[in-house]
Amino acid sequence: MTDTKNYMYKSWWKIASVVLLLYTFTAGLLLEVPHLPALQETIRNLYFHVCMWFAMMILFTISVVNAIRYLRNFNPKYDIYARQYAVMGIVFGLLGYITGAIWASYTWADPNKPAINSFSTIARDPKLIGAAIALLVYFAYLILRDSIQDMDKKARISAVYNIFAYAMLFPSIWILPRILPSLHPGNEGNPALDVKNDISSNMRMVFYPAVIGWTLLGVWITTLKIRLSILKEKKMMS
Amino acid sequence: MMNFCKRILLLFVLVILTGEVFAQDKKVEMADTMRSNGRIYVVVAVVITILLGLILYVTRLDRKMTRLEKENRL
Repeated sequence: MTDTKNYMYKSWWKIASVVLLLYTFTAGLLLEVPHLPALQETIRNLYFHVCMWFAMMILFTISVVNAIRYLRNFNPKYDIYARQYAVMGIVFGLLGYITGAIWASYTWADPNKPAINSFSTIARDPKLIGAAIALLVYFAYLILRDSIQDMDKKARISAVYNIFAYAMLFPSIWILPRILPSLHPGNEGNPALDVKNDISSNMRMVFYPAVIGWTLLGVWITTLKIRLSILKEKKMMS
Repeated sequence: MMNFCKRILLLFVLVILTGEVFAQDKKVEMADTMRSNGRIYVVVAVVITILLGLILYVTRLDRKMTRLEKENRL
């Protein structure tokens, strides 16, 4: 469990994360971006707001993989992994939600009225509701976990629930908001991944490194929490 | 014939107008002043400082964890 070959103790990807984030923050603010009406300079939020959701999705994927690994051999280590990755995914999801709310209140709101007047229109957007449902499902995961006393039962039930929660992500953030009319961009094709006719190549040069940088930062913080939980567990056993 | 000419003229006017509209589209207001007087670098410096501070914090936490783990193995 604590052998030094574990990825948690390697430093190259932590350095990569720092370098990519430094690049994101400088190039993201300085490089040329397309001049689009209504968005203007706020288009740079792509490097921050959208990356939060990408990172959330990747962290939730790691979480569900670990939940399945737990169910295969009932090694409590994987239960700790699954839980901590899910928590970090929720943190990134919340950050994505908050940054999205700030961004929307400047770009979706009616410019002739105070932003608060457009609230009911914006809050009704299917993408927002879908994301809220997805996050609530994961909140329920934590509540479910912490309400069970028995260690094995807790790990087993929450691993199964984790799979359901992950499955719920797809209708709530990938499918339903795309079927319904939405103000949120990226309803057709593969938004942000379509090389031909989506975001400009200039932005892609920052966006992809940004996604990797943010995700690695999330993984880094998660590994610290995992190490802490494993240490705690060990202390309890001894 | 007169009618035809009128139509062509109208078409031309419309084409020119659309050109005008496109030209307007290109002139979206960006934070160009901020870039030209170099104030954007101040923002970059502030943002980078915050990022580095947070990274330093996480790095120290990482070190601390490693030490704790080593102590516990003994």
